[in-house]
Amino acid sequence: MLNAKVPEGKIEEKWRNYQAQSRLVNPANKKKLKVIVVGSGLAGAGAAATLAELGYDISCFCYQDSARRAHSVAAQGGVNAAKNYQHDGDSVWRMFYDTLKGGDFRSREANVYRLAELSAPLIDHFTQQGVPFAREYGGVLVNRSFGGVQVERTFYARGQTGQQLLLAAYSQLNKMIRARKVEMFTRHEMLDLVVIDGKAKGIIARDLQSGKIRRFAADAVVLATGGYSRVFRLSTLAIGCNGSALWKAHKRGAFFASPSFTQIHPTALPQSSEAQSKLTLMSESLRNDGRIWVPKTKGDTRKANDIPEEERDYYLERRYPSFGNLAPRDIASRAAKERIDAGYGIGRLKNAVYLDFKHAIERFGMETVNDRYGNLFTMYKKITGIDAYTEPMQISPAAHFSMGGLWVDYELMTTIPGLYAVGECNFSDHGANRLGANSLLQASVDGYFILPNTINNYLAQALKEEHETTEHPEFSKVEQEVKEHIDHILAVNGCKTVDHFHRELGKVMWQECAMSRNKSGLQKAIGQIKKIREDFWTEVNVTGHSNELNTELEKALRLADFIELGILMCTDALDREESCGAHFREEYQTEDGEAVRVDDKYAFVSAWEYSNGDFKLHKEPLDFEFIQPSVRSYK
Amino acid sequence: MKVTFQIWRQDGPTDKGRLKDYEVDGLTEDMSFLEALDHLNELLVLKNEKVIAYEYDCREGICGQCGIFINGRAHGPHANMTTCQLHMRSFNDGDTIVVEPWRAQAFPVVKDLIVDRSALDRIIEQGGYISAKTGTAPEANSIPIGKDVADKAMDAAACIGCGACVATCKNASAALFTSAKINHLNSLPQGKPEQHRRVLEMTKQMAYEGFGHCTFTGACEVECPEGISIVNIAELNARILKARLLG
Ligand SMILES: Cc1cc2nc3c(=O)[nH]c(=O)nc-3n(C[C@H](O)[C@H](O)[C@H](O)COP(=O)(O)OP(=O)(O)OC[C@H]3O[C@@H](n4cnc5c(N)ncnc54)[C@H](O)[C@@H]3O)c2cc1C
Ligand code: SF4
Ligand code: FES
Repeated sequence: MLNAKVPEGKIEEKWRNYQAQSRLVNPANKKKLKVIVVGSGLAGAGAAATLAELGYDISCFCYQDSARRAHSVAAQGGVNAAKNYQHDGDSVWRMFYDTLKGGDFRSREANVYRLAELSAPLIDHFTQQGVPFAREYGGVLVNRSFGGVQVERTFYARGQTGQQLLLAAYSQLNKMIRARKVEMFTRHEMLDLVVIDGKAKGIIARDLQSGKIRRFAADAVVLATGGYSRVFRLSTLAIGCNGSALWKAHKRGAFFASPSFTQIHPTALPQSSEAQSKLTLMSESLRNDGRIWVPKTKGDTRKANDIPEEERDYYLERRYPSFGNLAPRDIASRAAKERIDAGYGIGRLKNAVYLDFKHAIERFGMETVNDRYGNLFTMYKKITGIDAYTEPMQISPAAHFSMGGLWVDYELMTTIPGLYAVGECNFSDHGANRLGANSLLQASVDGYFILPNTINNYLAQALKEEHETTEHPEFSKVEQEVKEHIDHILAVNGCKTVDHFHRELGKVMWQECAMSRNKSGLQKAIGQIKKIREDFWTEVNVTGHSNELNTELEKALRLADFIELGILMCTDALDREESCGAHFREEYQTEDGEAVRVDDKYAFVSAWEYSNGDFKLHKEPLDFEFIQPSVRSYK
Repeated sequence: MKVTFQIWRQDGPTDKGRLKDYEVDGLTEDMSFLEALDHLNELLVLKNEKVIAYEYDCREGICGQCGIFINGRAHGPHANMTTCQLHMRSFNDGDTIVVEPWRAQAFPVVKDLIVDRSALDRIIEQGGYISAKTGTAPEANSIPIGKDVADKAMDAAACIGCGACVATCKNASAALFTSAKINHLNSLPQGKPEQHRRVLEMTKQMAYEGFGHCTFTGACEVECPEGISIVNIAELNARILKARLLG
């Protein structure tokens, strides 16, 4: 029943075949068509700017005070592209293979191939937009390698690649705002989707400054709302990152794919107290030159520098000799958890491992290390007060990226016609585990190159239909529901804070639905989250009103959705009785603790339909035509 | 750890606003400054009071959304740091900490510690971009750019748009912010075709928004979390002259 609409032909020809056959909209007609883009990150800003350049009438939304603050800004490490500038054997095919394998064969071949195919032109695009990528003295672009691959295909702008790419997207967005082709709504949060006769026709948003609930109608709606790993509360995401737009779309009929596939990043700063609000990421690029270790003796209390070389366990190099410190994230995180759980963790709370630059400094010198990682070392010092040039960093795994998201077909359309999902908020390309530096790529390629080519196919049809306005009764109905939901939260008037419930939810999710999962734990978690939901709706206290700027209300609305999303995530993890990528079910492992995938039963994408508070599973079978799934080994 | 926060409370743009004292106990040195305010807000909720409004998003010094005037300094007591990177270990037990919003004519207060910085977006709107449509770019390595040029462009491009430079400047000038964007784009070959127009229109918008004139006090570069150098402003001045002659 799920139709992914993958075009015919050889894998190399699918995208070209698609473009040749897709319907177009006459340039003169484009300005009559309105598209809402929710999100101003790489996916959203890229889509909004490009669709506006094509002539569509665009409204773009973000919850921050400026489009430039979308969380794409925080990406440090880099963006991948199969340019093969380093002449080290890279190609579109190899990148396709690496990405599919990195995702443990749980993504759709045709989408992954397209991602690799469109990567090279993306670097051209950003260079032209003024991104100051790192350069060699001779003036050409530099590359480095990132976890899980053996070629150098990562482009970067110091340790601020995401910031530079986002600012380029933001600048192009501003160009179109000035041209009056994009209307930008900052400090506006989408609270619901309006579906008329089965098609997405608009949104209900709250103006966060005035508190006013507003209606927006359009011919198509694009969600580009980023990742939802704040469901764990402690994560590398921004505090405002949320799953609300996705969740509301899900409740209105959009299927949610692989919701539980969450990447836990191996190199974040460890939690230091209960009051902590976020975990700062230390870029994975550090693993290129830094070496990860723990003491060989349990509970060793000596300072790192006092522990001699022969008493250090470089456990990644030991377990995965061919990839060593560059093992993919899921593997590196699980290995860290294994050591920490076994009692070898370091730091005040014994919840961390060392990341050491001693050897790199000896080998390349201070200046080179500073040139490569200087700003990361500065950031580390600002937060921890420790100088990583003289003492190893302390790092720990943290929730980081949602591979799951709304189910989309090859055109990036969800199961609701006219509703698209681009960037991190869709499920499409990363399978059960995302390779480092592939996500800036995916968000950008979705927004700049893919959506502007696929949305015409739908809008060509929409042109012939009536344009709905906000006067349609469905708008007032949904608006009313949103208002009642808000009033309901404000009326609880209990005795606990929103953050209290978020901490509770985070603990359950981290314990049972993160790096390793098992049947009884997940069953228990679902019960616990349902209890949290019940308590939330009887005990939460949100002060202030709905018709004013109210940060507490914003948090409460996001949390109410996270709680429900948490239940779906556990349901999904419970259903999938195999280990694949980041989804590690304890019941499915080899003797030495490696994942056991069960292809004959689970070679499909789980797409969940919402039905009256319950979830119904649909399966999109993954038929591998071009690459045969193999056991994913990094030994 | 126990401190007294003196916090600016202002219900909306038209309210007069006032400092209010909050004694807060149970803080630890490991807490970030914003986590201490989070803690205070939870206490206020439990007392059924309205929370203090302040801004943040990434909480790792890169999005530029946080920004508070703390003890008379933008982003607090340290140079080159954002508010979200500040930790309570920078204060002593028993301290009184004064907490105010950015103050500048071009940044009206929205509520409590939140100001409206959209004027910075409008400066970028006037030319902080390179006009090249998606799909029109030449091959990336076809235009070599020396490492020194790329590095310098990157130094300027690092601005996070927080507005601390404006908040700390006695003239409330946005010269550091504007010069950083202009120098980033104008120093790259891709930015050259529009260089003069960019200079003239962005600086015009800067004046229009009500930002003051730069008198080169250097206060901005001290507070700038990205360490954007005041040399950028000198370079901008040279560019303005050139643009007036050639633009
Ligand atoms: C710390 C960190 C480091 C990373 N490093 C890398 C890296 O080195 N390389 C790499 O490839 N990837 C990296 N990633 C992943 C990558 O940055 C993200 O996956 C990607 O940038 C997501 O882009 P996006 O456009 O989908 O979403 P975002 O950039 O998160 O944008 C989401 C947008 O949606 C808006 N929004 C959200 N909800 C609503 C709502 N309800 N109403 C209105 N607007 C809403 C927000 O305001 C925002 O504008 C990193 C991620 C993190 C967290
Ligand atoms: S120049 Fe510095 S202080 Fe000014 S907005 Fe940019 S980062 Fe902030
Ligand atoms: S919250 Fe993003 S810079 Fe401080």
